[in-house]
Amino acid sequence: MTGQQEQASGFGHGNNLTDNLANLAAGGNASSTPLMGDDEEPLIFSLSSPGRRAFQLPSTGVPDISPDTKDIEPPALPEVSERDLVSHYTRLAHRQYSVDLGFYPLGSCTMKYNPKAFDEIAAISSLKDVHPLVSAQLSQGWMEILWTLERALCAITGMSAFTLQPPAGAAGELTGLLMTGAYHRSLGEHRTVVLVPESAHGTNPASATLAGYQTKTIATGSDGCVDMASLESALSEDVAAIMLTNPNTIGIFEKDVVEICRLVHEAGALAYYDGANLNAIMGITTPAKMGFDIVHLNTHKTFATPHGGGGPGAGPVGVRAGLDQYLPGPRPALQEDGTYRWKMPECSIGRVHSYNGNAMVLARALAYILSNGADGLKRVSQIAVLNANWLLKSLSDIYEVPYGNRCMHEFVLSVSTFKRRYGIRAQDLAKMLLDRGFHPPTVSFPLVVDEALMIEPTETESVQTLQAFASVMKEIASEIEATEGASAKAAPERTPVGRVDETRAARHPIVVAD
Amino acid sequence: MTTYIPHTEDEINMMLTDIGNKSLDDLHTTIPVEVLLEEGLGLPPGISEADVVRSIRELADSNIGGYAGASRYVNAMLGERRLRNPYPLNSLVCFAGGGAYDHYVPPVVSSLASKSEFVTSYTPYQAEVSQGVLQALFEYQTMMSRISGLPVANASLYDGASALYEAVNMAVSYTDRHDIWISCGVNPRWRSVLDTLVDGRNIKVHPIKLRDASTDWGISHVSPELSPPAAIVIAYPNYLGALENIEQARELADGLGSLLIVAFNPISMGMLPTPGYYGADIAIAEGQPLGIGLSFGGPYLGILSCREEYMRIIPGRVIGESTDNRNRRAYTMTLRTREQDIRRERATSNVCTNQTLMAITATIYLSWLGPAGLKEVSRRCYSGAHYLHKLLCSIDGVEALYNEPFFNEFALKIPVNSEILLARLADEGFLGGVALDNELYDELYDDNVSHAMEIANDNSDSSSGHIDNSPADGKHRSSRTVEGKSDNGRRLLIAVTEKRTIQEIESYALSFEKALQ
Repeated sequence: MTGQQEQASGFGHGNNLTDNLANLAAGGNASSTPLMGDDEEPLIFSLSSPGRRAFQLPSTGVPDISPDTKDIEPPALPEVSERDLVSHYTRLAHRQYSVDLGFYPLGSCTMKYNPKAFDEIAAISSLKDVHPLVSAQLSQGWMEILWTLERALCAITGMSAFTLQPPAGAAGELTGLLMTGAYHRSLGEHRTVVLVPESAHGTNPASATLAGYQTKTIATGSDGCVDMASLESALSEDVAAIMLTNPNTIGIFEKDVVEICRLVHEAGALAYYDGANLNAIMGITTPAKMGFDIVHLNTHKTFATPHGGGGPGAGPVGVRAGLDQYLPGPRPALQEDGTYRWKMPECSIGRVHSYNGNAMVLARALAYILSNGADGLKRVSQIAVLNANWLLKSLSDIYEVPYGNRCMHEFVLSVSTFKRRYGIRAQDLAKMLLDRGFHPPTVSFPLVVDEALMIEPTETESVQTLQAFASVMKEIASEIEATEGASAKAAPERTPVGRVDETRAARHPIVVAD
Repeated sequence: MTTYIPHTEDEINMMLTDIGNKSLDDLHTTIPVEVLLEEGLGLPPGISEADVVRSIRELADSNIGGYAGASRYVNAMLGERRLRNPYPLNSLVCFAGGGAYDHYVPPVVSSLASKSEFVTSYTPYQAEVSQGVLQALFEYQTMMSRISGLPVANASLYDGASALYEAVNMAVSYTDRHDIWISCGVNPRWRSVLDTLVDGRNIKVHPIKLRDASTDWGISHVSPELSPPAAIVIAYPNYLGALENIEQARELADGLGSLLIVAFNPISMGMLPTPGYYGADIAIAEGQPLGIGLSFGGPYLGILSCREEYMRIIPGRVIGESTDNRNRRAYTMTLRTREQDIRRERATSNVCTNQTLMAITATIYLSWLGPAGLKEVSRRCYSGAHYLHKLLCSIDGVEALYNEPFFNEFALKIPVNSEILLARLADEGFLGGVALDNELYDELYDDNVSHAMEIANDNSDSSSGHIDNSPADGKHRSSRTVEGKSDNGRRLLIAVTEKRTIQEIESYALSFEKALQ
């Protein structure tokens, strides 16, 4: 029985009050019953009662001189009280897993704890209430924050300059590739191909296409690293760049990275570093040391800015000396008198954001970097790698580890044996984890591993949490064996909803309410 | 050193022993020695979080547009002019727009949108434990569909500019054409992002100039050698604030077999017909006015909705309704085969991380407003802007830049350079507007027309009357001079929201007049 039905029938038949209510216009349903996990929460639209309102606007004394717009019906938005509004979104929040609630080992997403102190940054009025088009003179504080963050990111990556405009990692990738194009054009070259390893994130080839390149896939060797023969045969004067994540999505440091960058440079191409996995190497090495020319970072991964249910993020892009003139702009520039002004790089590819990027996210990233400092960031990477290796070791006697027994900050398991024996796929195992209170790892990625589980514990999880997770993983493995996979297909049973039918959603898409 | 790492030294040692390592340094033996950093990072040592927050707050307060400066100005105003400001004295009183607006955000919106379940989760890959975000996004899509008058919406893009870029990509892929005709009335910052991002691909973006404040789609200005475009793009209201003729744009698109992309202001939908009403194929918007802070430009919200036939090429995340294995209503990400993680180089877009939290914020804000509230906010924006417009246009030497109808933003011709006026207004406690600088202004108009307008305005001796709307004659072009160009800086874009009181508006007008003396 749904919450709505329960509420509607709860008064019993023949109750005048209820009947009178029912005679009112349609809608006006109650929210779901509190503390009843099985109830679905109605859509906000069905909580509507015509004429009900939550809004109250401050008095301004401005006379209404707007024209008559009676013939224009305002959009059918919900008509709810503030109290209903609060219940509704509070109940929706209760149907949502989050980092604050527990372990969230999504590989390559770096779901680390987001320090609460930095929520205060986002609440500083003289940051959040500043209009993006105020003059430089009136926004020196903001400019200094952005300039300082650029310098900090340069220190962490070894790059020489950064743009903070790209609003997400994928936007950073596109930015980097557009700069690659500008660089080659300046040499009178027209290059058409971007190399992407098999294990790369899907955004890499998608960004390459959007930047006007063809993608050529580089094979992964038996050790999980770039296959050097495949790379060498792919390199030519058509190649504009290679996009590499290092450590890669299998959690392995590319052992030949220096040679890869050397060969790429020898072919006249640029080496692009996808910073998705930077959390493994801060203070230990830098993309510059490895030989990369262009880098994008994800502040929502490495620098603990909240993931926001899917965003906002920020995807700053850094370049080595000699490429900074192509950066998007304008960028904050420090002048001799200690003030900042906006400056467009000489051969800039142009703007990649209307204003200054996801500024508030960037301010939080700076706060995280400053609080950790040089030693703290190194410690972050060390413990992230320690946690991953310890968990890998705990699980490697039960689960198949396709690539080696050491990892960086994440590792990949395969459940292909379960698939062969019982038809159990990685996604099934993920659902069993949900029933045991854990958010699952990334599933079915990277593509080079059959039925992959990609696990990134991050440095903010205690060894006790890892232990608990490992023992649940063991329990799941024995249960699959014991029931020959039968229990997996029914999972999850203890979540707000059971297994959601994705095929049905895709076949007959309903993407807005009636 | 601040640490969010829970491990004790004993635990670290135990874990190292378990994996057969002696020290933390042993963890990185798979990294080639030649790339290891010998020196530490060139950053200061860590400090406590409280110290960090304090130092960032100090920096923030050195924004003169922020607390420290504003309090000085506003206190002065309180003493001298008894200006009543019912809001915290935390910023210059904002009359700036240009794509980002200072609307009232009720506490309930910030309170609900900052719930940590929304803030600290990620893309809802595991639907069974993500119904909160999924349902909120489904509600968001529904609201975006309703306010734009189009049946399909996605679950958010980065901002208005990225919505424009993605809409252009959709049109190119749907029509297999490679030209875009875009009105110069579309926010110039969005257009410059579009120009940047399509570079490298075979897409040609043709800016179509304005005449007065409306796009001059006239055949003489659109050169005949242009191929029929994949889409024509128009903004409503446009960057100058004017409400252009969308029917005309629809007719043009029909004649060319092109898609019509309409950029709209969501807050105006309480009193204006929707893009869908005008037959838009794709509607795009900057969602910042929907309860999202100004935040120096981000994070904002990219809104994109479209007609049914484009559903399978829509970019980014899309949430669909389905059922669970017990036939209960449930939501999940859908149409996933469009997306980059599955289709890779053949994906319709590279969007992965989007702006979910801002979409949820907008959803809560619109639920708080309801239809009556949206209408009320629209009318107040309109009224405030028109009230101020009248006050300012009665000042000697100030003229309306155009006669078209407008919503909550308008452009004026003023007798001094706009930067100078803005600086003077800041001294009086106002963020006085957005300068229409020379470079930008020149870009909006065809050389012939804009220049003729200049001359017409100059001839009016900055004292009275409206700008000359008569079509320009190209022969005036030769008289363009450097001084003429500097005159171009004498224009200002001014926006009014429902937040501005009559006292603020009147006091702004007084300061405006004083600043011109």
